[in-house]
Amino acid sequence: MLIELKNIIKNYENGDVVTKVLRGINLSVDEGEFVAIMGPSGSGKSTLMHTIGFLDRPTSGEYLFDGENTEGFNDDELARIRNDRIGFVFQSFNLLPRTSVLDNVILPLLYSGSKTNYESRAKKALEAVGLGERLHFMSNQISGGQKQRVAIARALVCDPKVIFADEPTGNLDSKSGHIVMNILEKLNNEGRTIILVTHDKQVALHANRIVTISDGEIISDVLVPESDRVHSKEIEEDLDI
Amino acid sequence: MSSLIKEIKVTIKDLLTRKGRSFLTILGIIIGVAGVIIIISLGAGAQSLVLGQITKLGSNLVGVLPGKSNENGPPTAVFGVQIKTLKESDVEAIKNKSKVPNATDVASFVSGNVTIIAGKESVDTSFVATDGSYVRIQNTEMIKGTFFTDEESNAGANVIVLGYDVASSLFPNGNEIGSIVKIKVPNNNPSNTESSNSVPFRVIGVQKKLGTVAFQNQDDQVFIPFSIGQHQILGIDYLQFVRVKIDDATNVKIAMEDIKRVLREQHRIHDIENDDFSVRDLADAIKLLTGITDTLRIFLGLMAGISLVVGGIGIMNIMLVTVSERTREIGLRKSIGATRKNIRNQFLLESIVLTFTGGILGIILGVLVSYLVAVGARFAGYDWAFIISPFAVILAVTVSILTGIIFGLYPALKAAKLDPIVALRYE
Repeated sequence: MLIELKNIIKNYENGDVVTKVLRGINLSVDEGEFVAIMGPSGSGKSTLMHTIGFLDRPTSGEYLFDGENTEGFNDDELARIRNDRIGFVFQSFNLLPRTSVLDNVILPLLYSGSKTNYESRAKKALEAVGLGERLHFMSNQISGGQKQRVAIARALVCDPKVIFADEPTGNLDSKSGHIVMNILEKLNNEGRTIILVTHDKQVALHANRIVTISDGEIISDVLVPESDRVHSKEIEEDLDI
Repeated sequence: MSSLIKEIKVTIKDLLTRKGRSFLTILGIIIGVAGVIIIISLGAGAQSLVLGQITKLGSNLVGVLPGKSNENGPPTAVFGVQIKTLKESDVEAIKNKSKVPNATDVASFVSGNVTIIAGKESVDTSFVATDGSYVRIQNTEMIKGTFFTDEESNAGANVIVLGYDVASSLFPNGNEIGSIVKIKVPNNNPSNTESSNSVPFRVIGVQKKLGTVAFQNQDDQVFIPFSIGQHQILGIDYLQFVRVKIDDATNVKIAMEDIKRVLREQHRIHDIENDDFSVRDLADAIKLLTGITDTLRIFLGLMAGISLVVGGIGIMNIMLVTVSERTREIGLRKSIGATRKNIRNQFLLESIVLTFTGGILGIILGVLVSYLVAVGARFAGYDWAFIISPFAVILAVTVSILTGIIFGLYPALKAAKLDPIVALRYE
């Protein structure tokens, strides 16, 4: 079991007002799964993913990651996990401005303990998302779909066990969205665990399991029959901008 | 180490992408550091100039002034107070070989401001009435003619030596020697009965151009024999100043004690506390002067230091703005594994690179300005030394880096403390 959540509760306190965002989540994810978390906005799906992705700490509950209880982890240990065990892909890409594609992908390596091969590892990650030819473009000179692929390469470069994608196609046209989903599928086929947050059923159907959340509680957790799954075909992208 | 170099390179690249703001950010530091360098350099230059001029006078000279003064303070005569306790009889006593055996020459002085007339030309200048020994004590050099002799001064001959500037304004044609000039007797002379009273003098010499020493133009003055100046021009019976030349610099202290004893005898003083005169040598003058200039330099240096602090606060302001502008970036960096330390170091490094660059640019600017001042001063005829003390440079760089650390720390810590998810959601 890669991820095991036991009765995770997350409350936000604002003065005297306590907002209960997660009300006792129990969830297990195996290595190699492709899980889509669905739910309307305000349901707590993003908070759930941020909690699983170590960007946020639960108010209470037990979180085992790769068999380790993460409750006592300090800031530095959490930073380490974020660096080399998981990778994040955001809806708004979050690339560094005025910085080359290559340097954006190198960034996580700078925070890792390793000292060598920054460039070749970053190039490899960029080739995996089909951007091996765009290394020295500035991050603001490429299209939205390409930006998201750079973000995937950045998530990939430290060879993480899980990739978290928060509405990765939310800011993209459908063609670019298909390219991004195709890449995520390929990564899953290579054995990498993918956890995806979306409110789009068509996007969610790329996963082999859909967890639906409403008002901070899981209301359904189903496996997607292979016949229902959507597969994005590999699209030859014309690299003109 | 190599990762630090890489981080510095990344930081520099990052700062260069917003050149304009980076430059404005460090402008305060540049000015502050340049100010420190310039003040220390100009202070040292001015000090060496004045000290050089004093030392040129000779280290074996002793001055006697009327009026008591404490050891380190300036004599009261400096402030224009007229004290009448020093008389010619005192000078005669100092000249007595059996009483002050190391004194080789003694010159008496009185001085004042007068108008000199030559034909249709007239000039307001200051006169120095002294003895023929002046030329041996001060090593005066003449461009024309000679200084008056002991005999001439003792006899009270009506002869005059002109300073370079006085000579050129009174005698544009250069025919000074042998000409007659008239000195108008000042109205405050008690024996002056008519306002048009004047004394004629024959010009016997013109002094070589000397330039300005200790903020006084040495070429705008004339020399006349002591007794004429004292009696006929000023109408007084006391002395303003006595300068004594000692046979050897090592005997100065002994001679000073001898002079003090003689003067106490003359003035019937039994208690040192009641001294009505001051005896000083050049070491005292140098000590006094360096004391004053050092105080001035420290004061000005502090002012420049304050501008460095103000520059530092400017840096802190901009860094705080930078941190809040880049909150999302900080969130992103944290989400891909940056630790608090990474973020803190990133912003600290940025402010240190900024202030260090400011320090370097400030040094360049400061050295340049100091050099230009030195060139200008030499052009104006001063023997100005261009001095950049390594101490000032090291101090300026250290202070600028410290400023970066101190004023960069708060914004950096603020950035480091940001919660990743809060930072990522920041709009």
